[in-house]
Order: sequence, then structure tokens, then C-alpha cells
Amino acid sequence: MAKIVGGLATSHVPAIGKAMSEQKFQDPYWKSFFEGYEPARAWLEKTKPDIAVVFYNDHGLNFFLDNLPTFAVGAAPEYGNADEGWGLPVVAPYPGDPALSWRLIEDLVAEEFDVSTCQQMKVDHAFWIPMALLWPGAQRPVRVIPIEINTVQHPLPSAKRCFKLGQAVARSIAGWDKDLKVVVMGTGGLSHQLEGERAGFINKEFDLQCLEDIVAHPEKLTGYSNFELVELAGSQGVELLMWLAMRAAMGPEAQVVTSSYHVPISNTAAGLLVLEPKARAMAEAV
Amino acid sequence: MTRNAPPSIPGTPVFTGVQAVRGYALNHLCYSLNDAANRATFKDDPMAYCARYNLTPEQTEAVRSLNVLAMIAAGGNVYYLAKLAGVYGLGVQDIGAQQTGVSLEEFKQKLLEAAH
Repeated sequence: MAKIVGGLATSHVPAIGKAMSEQKFQDPYWKSFFEGYEPARAWLEKTKPDIAVVFYNDHGLNFFLDNLPTFAVGAAPEYGNADEGWGLPVVAPYPGDPALSWRLIEDLVAEEFDVSTCQQMKVDHAFWIPMALLWPGAQRPVRVIPIEINTVQHPLPSAKRCFKLGQAVARSIAGWDKDLKVVVMGTGGLSHQLEGERAGFINKEFDLQCLEDIVAHPEKLTGYSNFELVELAGSQGVELLMWLAMRAAMGPEAQVVTSSYHVPISNTAAGLLVLEPKARAMAEAV
Repeated sequence: MTRNAPPSIPGTPVFTGVQAVRGYALNHLCYSLNDAANRATFKDDPMAYCARYNLTPEQTEAVRSLNVLAMIAAGGNVYYLAKLAGVYGLGVQDIGAQQTGVSLEEFKQKLLEAAH
């Protein structure tokens, strides 16, 4: 049976993609940021997942306001990247797994998550930068199922709803009758704001509390409305929604493999969190 | 006032359905700039490109003057506006500095100070 072996959440700031393409790993601005990912990559090398289910938010590459889904699940054989208009390199496609995508879609709709389904889906920086931080370069060792969450146009799905979506995804994965190791990812955050006279807003105190609460008390975070999250974490800090969907998939209790927090990366407070479901850790210890 | 009108958060525009309707033409123009050929056409004659996408006079003036706050007031969404900024070689820190009325260096310094 398929098993969720862990969860990873990371910021997806475009500047990270640029820095990676320019090999700025030793640059003083970037060095400690990139070093924060070494334990996450070591954990992945040890764990060797087969599949990554990735909650992310599109920023106007695949979706526009003419037809904007709240939740969209990829069902494509591969997911290509494309020009986003402001100069990031275009990366090679990521392999999908349509059969598993459809299994997930069937389970989600049966649980009354009426998702959009995408047999073609371009994935933007919010997808590939986290993938490239965790599996650098040209390697594509995992097959992916992207799940896109609208954070462009309010009303966005609530934190509570995204959490329930993550729980439903975990129930589906638990029922996949293949021997697969699955990681669930959430991308975006932490606090940042790109627009308005408050552009550049960062809330370190709130972020650090989030990094604690999301592990042990996620219900504290799902209690926030999206407008409260905008106020506390900035307009784009609402990307915490993807982190919460990932956290939900870990089950009631999770433990931290590694985490890091780095201010600033471009306009953003960058965060990384790697979790394991606690039941698994206990089972392995026995 | 719609039922789910956002609260007033100082300096923080919230992109609701109302804004999405108001800004459709402007955001549509920006979305088209994912395409390199469209970026070249835009750059060649920005005002003609604005006319082609049926921008309102307010939106056209905001594009002409490259005023990000005015674009947002006219319904622009920052994710799409970033593509327009890209045509001019401007990134999110440049537009952050413009919107907050400080120099790029001052804006970067403010972000560095947020670490403490």
C-alpha cells in the first residue's frame, strides 16, 4: 500500500530560481539560505519517495481570471514550465502519473471536493523552485501530482477548507494499492506583501509562531480567516494555505525533521519545514 | 459594498471579485506578456497595445506613467503587473520601492531590518 513518508513546505520566491540559475550558492546573501536545505535533501536521499503531491499556487502562468479554479488537480503525463514574463529560466518538465492523479481526483470528488481536472497544466515558479531546491538540477526522481490552490482572487478557499483538503488527500493516498512512498508538499509563504503602501511587510513574530503552531496546533492557524491572514502575514503571506494542506496530510501528530527561517529573500520571509507523520516514526522505532 | 467586502487593512489592497471585474482588461494585457513576441509588440508601442486590449483611460494612463499604485487602483493584480514590470526590467523590489515612496536601496534596507 502507498504510504505518506513525510511532508515538505518551502517558500517559492522567484529570486531563489534566479540565484540557483546563477549558481549563487556561496554568495553572502544566499549562503545560509541554501544551507538550510541540506538536511531536507539528506532526508529525501534517505527516504527516496516515489511520488510528490504538491500543493502550490499559480501566479498567472496556467490560469487567468477568465477561468480560475479554486482547486485544480493535475492529471497530465508531464508538467512543463514556461516563460512567466520576467526573466526566469524555463526548466525541463516534471513527470506525472495520470493513473494516480485520476485515483486522487475520484476520491476527492467522492469526498465532495469538486476539483477542476487538468490534463494539460503548466507549472510556474511556485512549483519548480521548491522541486529544484529539494532535487537540484536536471534530476526528476519523483513523479508528481500538482494541486493548485487559488490565492490570486478572493474569495480564496479558507484555511479550514485547505486543511480538510489535505486530510482528504491523505485518505486517498492511504488507499492507493501500490507500494509507493509519497511525500506531500506545500509551497509559498511565509510573510510577505508585494503590493500597496505596505509592500515589503514582514511579520517575523507571526511567522515563528506559525512554524511552531503548524506542527503541534494547526487548529490555531485554521481558525484564521483569509483576511486575518492577509493582515498578519501580508497579502501573499496567505500562501500559508498550502502549508496547512500539507500539514493536514501528516495526520494528527507530526514531528519536525528540519526547519529553517530566513529574512529576507527578496521581499519575503523564507521558510522551510520538513515533517514526518508521528505514527510512522513510532512504528519504525519499535 | 459586497457581502464579503474585505476589512480595511492600511496600505493593503485586496484583490476581490469587484477588483477583478474592474481590472480585467489591464490584467488581461499583462497576462499576454508571458509571451515574448507580445512583450516585443508591447514595447514597440505601449499605447497601441493598451488600445488593443481595451484598457480604460485610467488604466492606460497608469501604464503610460508606470505608476503601480494607480494600476492597482484601476484593478490591477500584482501577479499580472509583475509581468508588465518585467518588460521594463523591473522586479518586485523596484515596484515595492515605488509604491512605498522610497529608493530601491532604502526598500532593501527595510527588508534587511525585518530580520531583527
